Amino acid sequence: MTRKGIIDEAMRVVLLCAGLASLSIVVLIGLFILRESLPAFHEIGVWNLLSGKEWRPGQGQFGLLPMIAGSGLVTLGAICLGLPLALCCGIFLAEIAPTWIRVVVRPSIELLAGIPSVVYGLFGLVVLVPAVRQIDYPGNAGFGLLSASIVLAVMILPTIASVSEVAIRSVPDEYRQGALALGSTRWEMIRRVVLPAARSGILSAVVLGLGRALGETIAMIMVIGNSVMMPTTMGGPLPGIFLSRARTLTGNIAVEMSYATGLHSSALFATGVVLFVLIMIVNSAARALMSRNVRGGRP
Amino acid sequence: MNRTMACLTAMALCICSLAFAEKITVAGSTTVQPLAEKLALAYESVAPGVTVEITGGGSSVGVTSVGNGSVDLGACSRDVTQAEFERFPGLEALCIARDGIAIIVGPEVSVTNLSKSQVRDIFTGDISNWSEVGGPDEAIVLVSREEGSGTRSAFENIVLADAALISGAAVLQPSNGAVVTTVSTTPYSIGYVSFGYLNESVTALSVNGVAATVENAQAARYPIVRPLLLVAAGDASPLVQGWLDFIMSPAGQSIVEAEGYLPVGPVE
Amino acid sequence: MTAGGARRTAWQNCVFALFWLSGITAMAVMLAVVGYVMVKGIPEFSIDFFTTSPRGGLSGEGGIASTIVTTAYLVVMTMAIAAPLGTAAGIYLVEYAGNSRNRVATAFLKLSRFGIETLAGVPSIIFGLFGYALFVTAMHFGFSLLSAALAGACLVLPVVVRTAEEAFKSVPDAYREASLSLGATRWETIWKVVLPSATPGLTTGIILGVGRILSETAVFYVTLGGSCRTPTSIFSSGRTMALHVYYLAMETRAFDKAMATGAVLVILIIFVNLAINAVSKRLSAGGNRS
Repeated sequence: MTRKGIIDEAMRVVLLCAGLASLSIVVLIGLFILRESLPAFHEIGVWNLLSGKEWRPGQGQFGLLPMIAGSGLVTLGAICLGLPLALCCGIFLAEIAPTWIRVVVRPSIELLAGIPSVVYGLFGLVVLVPAVRQIDYPGNAGFGLLSASIVLAVMILPTIASVSEVAIRSVPDEYRQGALALGSTRWEMIRRVVLPAARSGILSAVVLGLGRALGETIAMIMVIGNSVMMPTTMGGPLPGIFLSRARTLTGNIAVEMSYATGLHSSALFATGVVLFVLIMIVNSAARALMSRNVRGGRP
Repeated sequence: MNRTMACLTAMALCICSLAFAEKITVAGSTTVQPLAEKLALAYESVAPGVTVEITGGGSSVGVTSVGNGSVDLGACSRDVTQAEFERFPGLEALCIARDGIAIIVGPEVSVTNLSKSQVRDIFTGDISNWSEVGGPDEAIVLVSREEGSGTRSAFENIVLADAALISGAAVLQPSNGAVVTTVSTTPYSIGYVSFGYLNESVTALSVNGVAATVENAQAARYPIVRPLLLVAAGDASPLVQGWLDFIMSPAGQSIVEAEGYLPVGPVE
Repeated sequence: MTAGGARRTAWQNCVFALFWLSGITAMAVMLAVVGYVMVKGIPEFSIDFFTTSPRGGLSGEGGIASTIVTTAYLVVMTMAIAAPLGTAAGIYLVEYAGNSRNRVATAFLKLSRFGIETLAGVPSIIFGLFGYALFVTAMHFGFSLLSAALAGACLVLPVVVRTAEEAFKSVPDAYREASLSLGATRWETIWKVVLPSATPGLTTGIILGVGRILSETAVFYVTLGGSCRTPTSIFSSGRTMALHVYYLAMETRAFDKAMATGAVLVILIIFVNLAINAVSKRLSAGGNRS
């Protein structure tokens, strides 16, 4: 074999190793977290972990339900507040806004998607928490699901707006021209033709936003209060539940990680597994929806 | 590619060569951290070439880290538990100071004294309104520490007598500093922190009529006092022992006193 | 125009007005957050703020010098691990596995794609959990730059591999064929032809990674330790700017300093975005992409 040939072969092997290393990191992270969480699943039991309402590591009680409820409610709140605004913003930018607005706004939205979450958390702590505290409601201290939902809503706004805008813009112009030629108004064209055609892209924007909301950590620790309790309405009407303090799955890991030893530590890894599974469920549900839509929605 | 590799190797070597200065690593309790930082700075100025590096984490992580060898010393703001001694047999704990735990409230709370049992009832959630202890008719917002925090377990030991549990509705913050900030910025809240963290933004309540001061704690009048420990795995190396000796010397204990903790030896 | 047409147009105007309103509201909300931080933060800027280190403790006194140094170290170390590894993996996936008819190679390609996609969707705290358990405790690196850089590298690896893959795919096959037909080996083709034409794309990936490290907090909260001193070695603990914002906001009442540090971060992210835009302009000007 020539020298060149040897180098060629050697580099192939080196690159293969790099590929394998990257892949093995994925596998390693998965296996490691699973292995560390096994004692918790084994000793506490999967069902007890998922349905237990008490999380008192000192007393050997490890129930994740309050954190699952916290993560779920805060994500729900963020989606309710942020999603309509974000989608409207995406549609506005793609179809309605004049070019000069688009030129200015699009890069700034991309910029906002990159702002560190701790900055949003800081804003929440300094501005939102005292503002929410003004609401006269028993037990309200400002920290809680409402503040956290608003922070998250602002955080996922740019992500959803920019991804859905790209999805809407990528609908071929022929669709639009066809609809207009058939006598639709522009709004009818958007609603009946463009949005259905962009459905899968919009859905993936929503999923990205959901993932970001479920996975957010630092901003949540700063504003949600971190109390280990099932969110309650504190005796008031149902929306009052958003004034309740709570803790997210991510916050549970971050706040207790460095304190934990033994089974407690393993239970935190189990928290990570639960979080991971939740996100995988959201992702695959979206993927399933998308493939159905691609088949059904596109001519 | 070769040149790039050479550059990278050179960089890696440079970074590694930095790694072998004389260094003492400490991890653990956030209560001990500010005191340890001051003691480290003072020691670095009298023992040139030595650096002491202090990270937080909490008492449990301090004991675990020193037990599994990832740091030289673990900082712990409560007694080392039996379980921990069983898990890491060779641990040696040195009490470098004692510390009072102050019950703090924000400026808008007019209450200045609580009995120990009132403090207990407030933190278990049995008393939920300031009017029940002579304050304004406002709901009490509890601010507490995480499970695993030395301050929390000392507080639970001494005030709740381990029988009762801190109410689940409490806002939980991951460090002493965060508790002070939260109490000072949240109206009608109450929390507990190490004496060393007291500042003008919060009011420390008297407990059983005894003001939360270093003198009262030293004279065993103030009821909530716990030890601050530095834990080593077996015999400390000469490097580490040098710093420990400095801490126990009158110069070191003076720093302990100046920082608002209770010295355990003669001061200058 | 018929009555129905007029009604439809009126309806459209209503709906469009709503869209204008929501577009403006969305922008206003987002700008309010950033604007607030900038307005509160920038007046705090001073020479002292950038040249002194934080004092630590509860005071919030001091500037951000040591956090700038720590951030720079961490970015360099993380990218020194992630960039070569990610680029090499990208080369293998596109240039070897991508062209191969071999069933094993195709399976590997699919598996890698799936793995990278999965990794990209994993919340950052899970990388923190992993990094804390493996690097900080199991491997005894302690709370250190090294632990943080390794955990950070896992975090940005998917970004780097993905952009590298895109960059290599966008190099026209004609380039490779021309090089191979001139007698170059596969590696020579990659090294002398494919890599240079893919450089702008690779750069984008690296800048994206840098942005991610600048803004990440959760991973470093559990791996870097948070000491406010300037690191002296790779085993030193430290505090990045994002982490400093967190500590200032949570542990002290120095909200103005926290805002100022946040403003510095926002400005850095603006530069990162400008850099990405500049690179992708060069990319499209080069005509390598469709």
